[in-house]
Amino acid sequence: MKKFIRAMAATAVMVMVGFVGQAMATELVVVSWGGAYTASQQKAYHAPYMKLNPGITIINDDSAGSAVAKLRAMSQAGNVTWDLVDAVASDTMILCDEGIIEVIDHDRDLAPAPDGTPASKDFGGFIVSECFVPQIVYSTTFGYRKDLVSRPMSSICDIFDLKSFPGKRSLEKKPINNLEWALICDGVAPAKVYDVLGTSAGVDRALAKLDTIKSQVVWWTAGAQTPQLLADGEVIVGSTYNGRLFALIEEQKQPVAMLWDWQVFDLDGWVVPKGTKNKAEVMKFLRFATDTQRLADQAKFISYGPTRASSAPLVGKHATLGIEMAPHMPTDPNNAKTTLLFNYEFWADHRDDLDARFNAWLLK
Amino acid sequence: MEISQEKSVLVTADGTPLKISLARAQRRSKIVAFSMVLPLLIFILIAFLIPIADMLSLSVDNSITKEILPKSVIALQNWDETSGELPDEVVFAAMVEEIKKAKIARKHTRVGQRLNYESSGFSSLFRKAGRKVKIIKKPPYKEALIKSDKRWGQIYTWQVIKQFSTEYTDGYYLAALDFKRNPTTGKVESLPGKESIYLKLFWRTMLLSSLITFLTFIIGFPLAYMLATVSTRLSNILIIFVLLPFWTSLLVRTTSWIALLQQEGVINDFLVLVGIINNDGRLAMIHNATGTVVAMTHILLPFMILPLFSVMKTIPKSYVRAAVSLGAHPWKAFWKVYFPNTGPGIGAGSILVFIIAIGYYITPALVGGSSGTFISNRIAYHISSSLNWGLGSALGVILLGIVLALFMLYDRIVGIDNMKLG
Repeated sequence: MKKFIRAMAATAVMVMVGFVGQAMATELVVVSWGGAYTASQQKAYHAPYMKLNPGITIINDDSAGSAVAKLRAMSQAGNVTWDLVDAVASDTMILCDEGIIEVIDHDRDLAPAPDGTPASKDFGGFIVSECFVPQIVYSTTFGYRKDLVSRPMSSICDIFDLKSFPGKRSLEKKPINNLEWALICDGVAPAKVYDVLGTSAGVDRALAKLDTIKSQVVWWTAGAQTPQLLADGEVIVGSTYNGRLFALIEEQKQPVAMLWDWQVFDLDGWVVPKGTKNKAEVMKFLRFATDTQRLADQAKFISYGPTRASSAPLVGKHATLGIEMAPHMPTDPNNAKTTLLFNYEFWADHRDDLDARFNAWLLK
Repeated sequence: MEISQEKSVLVTADGTPLKISLARAQRRSKIVAFSMVLPLLIFILIAFLIPIADMLSLSVDNSITKEILPKSVIALQNWDETSGELPDEVVFAAMVEEIKKAKIARKHTRVGQRLNYESSGFSSLFRKAGRKVKIIKKPPYKEALIKSDKRWGQIYTWQVIKQFSTEYTDGYYLAALDFKRNPTTGKVESLPGKESIYLKLFWRTMLLSSLITFLTFIIGFPLAYMLATVSTRLSNILIIFVLLPFWTSLLVRTTSWIALLQQEGVINDFLVLVGIINNDGRLAMIHNATGTVVAMTHILLPFMILPLFSVMKTIPKSYVRAAVSLGAHPWKAFWKVYFPNTGPGIGAGSILVFIIAIGYYITPALVGGSSGTFISNRIAYHISSSLNWGLGSALGVILLGIVLALFMLYDRIVGIDNMKLG
């Protein structure tokens, strides 16, 4: 009996300690994309921060893919359970417009560069929305199977050249990027692409160009599909995010090479949901995770370019492969000879319309 | 006399008349029964009926324009949109004031987003106006607003705002059926072929789902028949094989089909190896409608086999024996006696497979390419990506309507009482 009481007491104490412990530790729910990308954030941001702040536990949630809809639903239900969300710039603009995420004062909330340059200058033009904290520059670009083509691919228009490069190609099942590439290869001056695409005849022209390769296209919806299709030899060339191709080439040693011509830059960054219960703690973490050193650190684990100008010189070697990361960055001068920057304003206006046109074209 | 009266009113031990006592007991058991169902009722209400009602209201809701631009909307009522002239200064003044107010509440772009569904360009028009209106401090507002963006000086812009300022809209349903309301004339027009998607997708969804249902029946029927006729021990083992894929993750099963069916996949490799096709003529069996049909037939097969099996189990073997002993050919005995008895199972299995199939979206998204995707893929896109919840809801309501209509049709022809799930 005595033993039993003692055991009960011990349990009670343990439970109480547990409760107190829980009340003291703050849990931050950070939403990101999962896979190698979350892993790179875990190593570069989360782990060092938790080491410095023993009271903070960062919990990863991999549902960034459906974050826009979920954030809207949470905001409507008045029950926000996320503290920090990784989002692409175009989605950030929608969320910011709807008042679902917090407005950021970049100079007040974020750390200045080591030389004292304020954050807003250090990030520069990458701050595309007042709610957006830029993190990485990524690009949508092509990889091709070196062993399945007769000569190296060097131009975006090789995608549309079925004679020289017969075989299947994978493209994203979206009008974005594909229509721009089609127009460039149809002879439209790159600076004029969005003017042309703004007209109905221009869309017809882009779709007519895509028509020439339609029978040879495998359409992807998830970023992991193209690397798999390339590895299986299902396609000879395909578009996806540059970090996925880096992993395919350097980590999995597949016979694949990059085709950087007219890669499309896009941005990914942090947003703070309005109504988070840990706002003060989140802002502290955000300040830490987006400082110059941390952004440069992330590039050790994944080939996405840091958005701070001051981080670029600090990018070093890959943490496990030991190769220089700079030449694998989409922003490297050798890779960025011809680039498009995702046109946020244009796509905010035309996304619904062109998406309908594109899908109607797919159904034909 | 007295005795007979006493006998006519039966009483229980404590003296209450039996009738009242019985009613009391029945009421009590009714309350108990109801309270046991209550959690389920509440669950259905919260998880099923309220969301459906919400979806219905989302698909017609258009309160946003009136909510954010109340004065402008009222002022626009006095404007004749067919007059060929711009609205007067009152409307412009109200618009500038209301965009200023909405900008502070960060709501001005929501109107733009709503109107952008009807006419491309409104998203940027309102976003830009939100940035520019703060410098407009005094009249004339008309010139100032037009100076900030020349689109404010186009009659079309105001026609769109007026046309879509009503509390409720049929715009989402029109869009879901490939129609559009012309902002200038207010007439409903069907979209040109190069812009119409949804009717084709609805039709394809029905067609492929019917095909999938038929294939599960063709494959499932003999299998269920075998399960029902072999010894219980063997059928228990075989049932595991039916259920095993059922317990495996949907994504695993779908990606396995990719590995099997793709052009460099197992089946094509085998066909090339044995020389049925040559290396250049590898079959395209995935990333098209074939892929969707094959993968979904496999995934939905248990939903056909299980109801069929449970119905076949209950058909006495003596029926067929009797028919054969009376001189029927075994095939005729099966066709005339056994098969009609499986009707309830076929009905249940088909309805189950068909209804699940038309709402499927993960498998078609992964293996469907462009010719094998369903309407549900577009619904998912509008809910999670484009955030056009109005259109997503309208498509959902139409899909729900189709399911209910088919269900009623089934009830008319076969009778829902004839359905047996087990």
